[in-house]
Amino acid sequence: MNLNQLTIKEAKEGLKNKKLSSFELTKACLKQINKNKDLNAFITVCEKEALEQAKKADELISKRQDLPLLGIPIALKDLFSTKEIRTTAASKVLENFIPQYNATVVEKIKNAGAIIVGKTNLDAWAHGSSGENSDFGPTKNPWNKECVPGGSSSGSAVSVASDMCLAATGTDTGGSIRLPASFNNIVGLKPTYGRVSRYGIIAMASSLDSIGHFTKNVEDSALLLNITAGKDPLDATTLPNPAEDYTKNLNKGVKGLKIGIPREFVTADLDKEVKSAFEKSIEVLKSLGAQISEISLPYTEYGIAAYYIIQPSEVSSNLGRYDGIRYGNDRSSFGDEAKRRIMLGTFTLSSGYYDAYYKKAMAVRTLIKKDFDNAFQKVDALISPVCPTLPWKLGEKINDPLKMYLSDALTVTVNIAGIPSLSVPAGFSKNKLPIGIQIMGKQLSESLLFQIGNAFEKQTNFYKQKPNL
Amino acid sequence: MTNWKTKPVYQLLSDLALSYNISMKIDVPRVAKLANLPLRQEEKGKFEKQLSEILAYVEKLKKVDTKNVEITSQVTGLENIKREDKIIPSLSQEEAISQTKSQHNGLFKVKAILE
Repeated sequence: MNLNQLTIKEAKEGLKNKKLSSFELTKACLKQINKNKDLNAFITVCEKEALEQAKKADELISKRQDLPLLGIPIALKDLFSTKEIRTTAASKVLENFIPQYNATVVEKIKNAGAIIVGKTNLDAWAHGSSGENSDFGPTKNPWNKECVPGGSSSGSAVSVASDMCLAATGTDTGGSIRLPASFNNIVGLKPTYGRVSRYGIIAMASSLDSIGHFTKNVEDSALLLNITAGKDPLDATTLPNPAEDYTKNLNKGVKGLKIGIPREFVTADLDKEVKSAFEKSIEVLKSLGAQISEISLPYTEYGIAAYYIIQPSEVSSNLGRYDGIRYGNDRSSFGDEAKRRIMLGTFTLSSGYYDAYYKKAMAVRTLIKKDFDNAFQKVDALISPVCPTLPWKLGEKINDPLKMYLSDALTVTVNIAGIPSLSVPAGFSKNKLPIGIQIMGKQLSESLLFQIGNAFEKQTNFYKQKPNL
Repeated sequence: MTNWKTKPVYQLLSDLALSYNISMKIDVPRVAKLANLPLRQEEKGKFEKQLSEILAYVEKLKKVDTKNVEITSQVTGLENIKREDKIIPSLSQEEAISQTKSQHNGLFKVKAILE
């Protein structure tokens, strides 16, 4: 096994027992990045800085310093502001932008001792489900280079799946962590809205944006949330509830837990292989002692329509600041998808249309949220597939924005309700394309999601399978 | 339903179109102007088609009865969140203007707004 294939937990043990150094570990990750440039996972690689940081980490380790991520190589979605490191949002507008400060999450990860290996590719401004909307070229799926890796956190997912780092950060506004996690056979967490600070992360739709991460397994996901979660005075929407130890329930199993299957998520247009993998996952949870029942979330079918009013409305407002005066290029540098969303949002917020579109969508948002509230009166958690289809071919949906938007049909309602969801590997298609399921819970139920995810993972071990690179 | 006295004409027209289930055609040049978004002539037709398709899709929300349903603009339930009124270090002037292409004497230089 190569060093870069280790999980955070394994690498930490190796570092502690002097079986490996952070320098060797970081070097192995950088080697993997350089060997697989064709995947286009990174926009900026911080080779020199990463190796310097690794040497410093090794010194601290030799002095018996113990920090939760000391010496661990991590990649950041290029939406996270990094002081003195270019941050582009994968848009030409910010192609030369060098932030003056770090996002809160970046600060926390660095203070925990992590090594930043680079900034990963994404759909520009996080607008997309495939990774193809990047102004820096599409990212490719390591399981099949002719397929999309899923978006918008395309490069972060690919960097973890290809062992270019041990974990990577992401953002999830309508599925941008869970969908690429499921297309890459890795674990992706979308936390409760407000659990992790948004400060310093380039905003897409502020009432929906959730800050999460990609890891190789469930335990690492919990370890990383221990570092990123918590109230931040610089983000007024962060929740005051004290952060907890998210690893505490990992091994409690699922015996006796009530898990619901939302009927409306298992529709006729669900891909056969996705459906079959999902059904097998249900059997696994049943065999572990979970009580499975069917649940109805009747407003699910309005999710995409409400989302594609609320989200572009907020996008049009957030992207209003890019005027090319204080930083960045002017508004002629926006790509097609950003232009579409700015215009759509400007339209739905404009005088005369505000009530018919925006207010209507916000009322439907209430109903969608109530659906989940009612469901969690009856069950502890819900499970469903992450994406209705397998990873599709590059270029297949790029000229049909509506078709692309519908790929998020099973993920957007979670953002609309602000609840957490964990995407875990659930098997493969016959052509060896990854399939994922998501575990959803009520607000602040992350520990429970890790508990269920870990029990499922221990039984199935899909995450141990790696793409042939 | 519609208050005919207080609404401007364009809104009455849009209300009328919506109440008769007529799909709105998006006026791309007008919206682009509102958003200060420069568009090339050849882009306009493409965007009009794509955006109209998306708007036609979201029309399905009309089927949902939202009478007496409160709107949800945020999901945390938090209210009046304030930070301690304490002076903390901020960016220096030099740092603040470090990313602009157009500056003069340590200030952002912008085009004249008033003639």
